[in-house]
Amino acid sequence: MLMNAASMVQIRLGPGADLDGFRAAARSLVAAGTPPEAVVWTQGGAADLFGAPVLPDGPPLSLPRAAADLVQLVVCHRDPERFGLLYRLIWRLTHGEKALLEVMSDPLVHRLAMMGKAIRRDLHKMHAFLRFRRVETAKGERFVAWFEPDHHILAAAAPFFRNRFGSLDWTILTPEGRVSWTGGALVFGPAATRDEAAAGDGFEEGWRDYYESTFNPARLNTTAMRAEMPKKYWRNMPETAAIPGMVRAALSRVDGMMEREPAMPTRRNPDKAVAAMQEAGPHSLEELNRIISGSEPLVPGATRAVLGEGPVGAAIAFVGEQPGDQEDLQGRPFVGPAGQLLDRALAEAGIERSATYLTNAVKHFKFVQRGRRRIHESPTAGEVKHYRWWLERELDLVRPGLVVALGATAALALAGKAVPVGRNRGLFRFGDRPGFLTVHPSSLLREPDPQAREEGFRRYCEDMRRIRELAAA
Amino acid sequence: MDTKVAAKLRILADAAKYDASCASSGAPKRAAGAKGLGSTTGAGICHAYTPDGRCISLLKILLTNYCLYDCAYCINRRSSNVRRARFTVQEVVDLTVNFYKRNYIEGLFLSSGIVKNPDHTMEEMIEVAKRLRRDHLFAGYIHLKTIPEASPWLVEQAGLWADRLSINLELPSQQSLEELAPEKNGGTIRAAMGQMHERIVEAKAEKRRFSPAGQSTQMIVGADATTDEGVLRTSDGLYRRYALRRVYYSAFSPIPEPSKVLPLKAPPLQREHRLYQADWLLRFYGFSVDEVAAGGDAGMLDLDIDPKLAWALKHRESFPVDVNTADRELLLRVPGLGTRVVDRIVAARRHTTLRLDDLARLTPGLKRARPFLVTPDHRPTRLIDRQDLRARIAPKPAQLELFG
Ligand code: SF4
Repeated sequence: MLMNAASMVQIRLGPGADLDGFRAAARSLVAAGTPPEAVVWTQGGAADLFGAPVLPDGPPLSLPRAAADLVQLVVCHRDPERFGLLYRLIWRLTHGEKALLEVMSDPLVHRLAMMGKAIRRDLHKMHAFLRFRRVETAKGERFVAWFEPDHHILAAAAPFFRNRFGSLDWTILTPEGRVSWTGGALVFGPAATRDEAAAGDGFEEGWRDYYESTFNPARLNTTAMRAEMPKKYWRNMPETAAIPGMVRAALSRVDGMMEREPAMPTRRNPDKAVAAMQEAGPHSLEELNRIISGSEPLVPGATRAVLGEGPVGAAIAFVGEQPGDQEDLQGRPFVGPAGQLLDRALAEAGIERSATYLTNAVKHFKFVQRGRRRIHESPTAGEVKHYRWWLERELDLVRPGLVVALGATAALALAGKAVPVGRNRGLFRFGDRPGFLTVHPSSLLREPDPQAREEGFRRYCEDMRRIRELAAA
Repeated sequence: MDTKVAAKLRILADAAKYDASCASSGAPKRAAGAKGLGSTTGAGICHAYTPDGRCISLLKILLTNYCLYDCAYCINRRSSNVRRARFTVQEVVDLTVNFYKRNYIEGLFLSSGIVKNPDHTMEEMIEVAKRLRRDHLFAGYIHLKTIPEASPWLVEQAGLWADRLSINLELPSQQSLEELAPEKNGGTIRAAMGQMHERIVEAKAEKRRFSPAGQSTQMIVGADATTDEGVLRTSDGLYRRYALRRVYYSAFSPIPEPSKVLPLKAPPLQREHRLYQADWLLRFYGFSVDEVAAGGDAGMLDLDIDPKLAWALKHRESFPVDVNTADRELLLRVPGLGTRVVDRIVAARRHTTLRLDDLARLTPGLKRARPFLVTPDHRPTRLIDRQDLRARIAPKPAQLELFG
């Protein structure tokens, strides 16, 4: 459709990727019912051909998410037609073709998608190929980069660097503008020239060394390299200077490799290496405990590992859930309220605590801090399994006659799978280990009804007596 | 940069380059805190490409190339006369941070020869990751190559710090392992993979951090007699059993100081390329190993054409398919149409009828797809019977790399 000049609307946007300007213009144009054919888009200080006044702002446009994303990308493109194309898209989306973006075969959608792709690629290359150089300043180190993007992407690229180099001071210089990150804010500034950039960096040589060494001359394939890293980027990347030399040397290096007489393996007997491998791992409880103490907690919270306690070769090993607040503070198992209750049951049953081995399935106190209180949190099944290997090795080294699981967590650790305590209370085999399953003393403490608590404790003592008999048998 | 460190870097980067893994993708998105360094974007970023066409996304080095073991295909085996070096934990940490700050890399891929014993080596690798995370609040990508013979609890520790763990299977069969890597044990390797898999699944369910980018492995291709079909069967099993994110195929590369038990000449890189394509078909296109293998000959993939085209040429009776009505599964079988393109076709045809011109805008692979497709303005009934079909659409031999 032809429009006469008088009915044309001229929109003038700011330089570069004027996203806000374009959005405002699109809103007002749609509100005014101005079709795409009637709009002339210009940027910067060009002469005002048609003299149409800028339209008043319109209500927000509700565009599909994909369309909003596409607009944001395509405004960065350097093609002067981009605003016209985008407006045409918006017009169609708001005039009966809501699902237009799903039709990627549509010529307009296709063209915009290609433009969006070009921007994505440009952004990706900037994220990847930009190289910072370190500069010493009075205030410390600063990182400066020079980069020449194809499109107006500086503002769109900046958040990536902010998210990545939050603790550094840095500046990116481009022929169109600059952006700095200092003191927690992105600050944009005027165009830069290459000689404002730092001249060199003490690490570039090391980086080039790395680049050269990681190249495999037997796989020379410069086509693939150039497809991904076009030559236009090379001049601002310190490592690429090495490419010609690497390519030249590649063929002769490979020939050299092929020609060389294959080396006869020095006849060294592998047995020693294999033996050394099998030697690995702790051979005593002390060694194992050193490893546990030196390792990171596998649950959140803990301050230190609480190790097992008791003689090697003990007739009975008790395995609890995990150390609690008191245990964590004192560094010893079963010293808190639950431990004291266990002590009482042991005494009633005539078991000498010091003759037993006491340990926990999880070696660290898992808790969340609430003010000054540290609230116990049960370990998850996955966390329990993290600790299983230690527990297994520990029991291998202690070699108890009977292993007693106190509660479901201990049973899970020992059996490798969930075992309901209520139904299985009593004699229980944990793999190769003869065992016994009973409740954790803390469950008795949690019982609110005094009578039930009394009854629970009585039953607990019975369990302990059976345990003593089993261990003595 | 310190010259001693630079000298070690040359040796220990050189020694690590036979590991094909380079991806830095798959970790959850993270941004550096105000005091931190590093981020992950979900997708990987390749920071440079070397003239072998492969990308550099991570600082890929060995902690040391001393090794107790004697795997025949490996340049670091103890009977090789290669120059040896050993980084300290702190040197690796400093190198990573310094390279990262300059935007050279996405993070670290750390592997190692086995010194002293597997546990000791593994502990040092974990220590590197720990210091990066803790001392530098490093939020970039960390991939640790686990030593399968190390104690199981070390694997549990490694997963707390790394984004991805890998254990290299190295060779597709137990028999080849016995021949070429006498000290390695396929059972141990698989057990470690199984353990890792379990932890990864649990952690995901419990919303804890444990190797969030999963695990991967590598197999060396062409150092033994295993066929492509055999290799793919092994991969398929690994994907199923351990939900590996990636299996990398590394065409056995002639190495300086070769061992006598190995073939001297490298297999064509094209073989590796075809395996990657076939692997892709298994994972994203619903192909079975049998189907992929049927496209080739005697268990070997066709080196001249990609495995999907090979399959289609042997199953001409399934074609042509109607672009406007065919099921997604069938469209995925059309040579030249990738998963993304198929999704676009399916979305677009809900609103419009697709003609050839439309397809040309949807895929760059139309030339290859044409003989297999029907549109209202195109019906290639005769083409499909043509004897020279293969010659007409097979691309000119070119060396491509498919590292996605
Ligand atoms: S154990 Fe690893 S580093 Fe050592 S020889 Fe075998 S493959 Fe090479």
